[in-house]
Amino acid sequence: MTVNMMSAHEVTQKVFNKEELFILDVRNEDAFADWKIEGENFEYLNIPYFDLLDGVEEILEKIPSNKEILVVCAKEGSSVMVAEMLSEAGLTVSYLQGGMKAWSEHLEPVKVGDLKDGGEIYQFVRIGKGCLSYMVISNGEAAIIDATRMTDIFVDFATSKEVKITNVFDTHLHADHISGGRKIAEQTGATYWLPPKDAQEVTFEYAALEGGNVVTVGNTPIDIHALYSPGHTIGSTSFVVDEKFLLSGDILFIDSIGRPDLAGKAEDWVGDLRESLYSRYRDLSEELIVLPAHFMIIDELNEDGSVAEKLGVLFAKNHGLNIEDESEFRRLVTENLPPQPNAYQEIRETNMGEITPEEEKQREMEIGPNRCAVR
Amino acid sequence: MDVTKVLDAKGLACPMPIVRTKKAMNELESGQILEVHATDKGAKSDLAAWAKSGGHELLKDTEENDVLKFWIKKG
Repeated sequence: MTVNMMSAHEVTQKVFNKEELFILDVRNEDAFADWKIEGENFEYLNIPYFDLLDGVEEILEKIPSNKEILVVCAKEGSSVMVAEMLSEAGLTVSYLQGGMKAWSEHLEPVKVGDLKDGGEIYQFVRIGKGCLSYMVISNGEAAIIDATRMTDIFVDFATSKEVKITNVFDTHLHADHISGGRKIAEQTGATYWLPPKDAQEVTFEYAALEGGNVVTVGNTPIDIHALYSPGHTIGSTSFVVDEKFLLSGDILFIDSIGRPDLAGKAEDWVGDLRESLYSRYRDLSEELIVLPAHFMIIDELNEDGSVAEKLGVLFAKNHGLNIEDESEFRRLVTENLPPQPNAYQEIRETNMGEITPEEEKQREMEIGPNRCAVR
Repeated sequence: MDVTKVLDAKGLACPMPIVRTKKAMNELESGQILEVHATDKGAKSDLAAWAKSGGHELLKDTEENDVLKFWIKKG
């Protein structure tokens, strides 16, 4: 039968629409256990490709005949080989174009709302890794927040909307992914904003992003109010956009909260984290729509694929916002933390401009889930 | 180390380094050692996992100037 190619975009749509899919992941067992394509109605079978070199007969009975089949590997090559073997055995199957490498880099733009003057705000869902970036568009201008390394996607999107990128922000110095902020700013002439407390070791010029800053996008005022909210990092800053959206960076997620240990200072920053979440955020309107910089699990996605929830709902439902006892909170965010993101030290150094790895190396550094949260 | 055969898999992308390694291994006797050279970064974890699942022993691996070298003893 036939072998088809499925793109990361098509798989993303299946995740958003909660469709069924049978994934035959032919990477080795450690890689599969560490990180895979997540979907609510996806089923999995992990058999490394090197165990299938003599034939696929032994696994045929484990592959359902009534479901769409997707073969996945790290970079595509092995999945094509296995897909062809399955096809020769009479099955119709697809392989993932570009493999997990493409999955890790795919960004899906989702509109999350309109702004008062007719502008829009978009969320760029990095579905394979759980990173979320934002573009605020108003009157011919765009601001980008927490851009990923795949800068062309943002620049091309702005071009398609016929807007000029004027401001680029990072809410904090990221440890799980390489920021595209500086590159976009250099390419477009936009201002690159970073919180100075996170940027003490950076090797490049930036505009100091501090609590109380107001940056206007477009001719009519779509204001981006910066709110100092340390805890995940000492410089972590949130934004209130158009008095309606709260871009919470890595401080507050939908079903979890930020971890304070990725710069090696969990004990020092746990008090800041509590202050930001239990005091500074409490002073904000509960009607604000929280737009975080990550999601951790696929359950955090809304039906349209966006990741967004009212602050009031999070105060009621997010466990991390409901720990009255301070010492219990301290324990939650400093003990039994999940493993740190892959290559997080090198990623921080890259984001500070201290090292400039080649693209292939950058890709490798980012492999795996983001792990910026504690639940 | 008494190497029986050297396999040059440089420049090959996954799955070829393992396909070639498996083929070369078939021509060896149990206890003999195959030396593999590869440039595909993924080969490192995959060769280790493949050797383990096939009952072979990965004796040593090195990385020099982007070339990965492996010494595998046939099980």
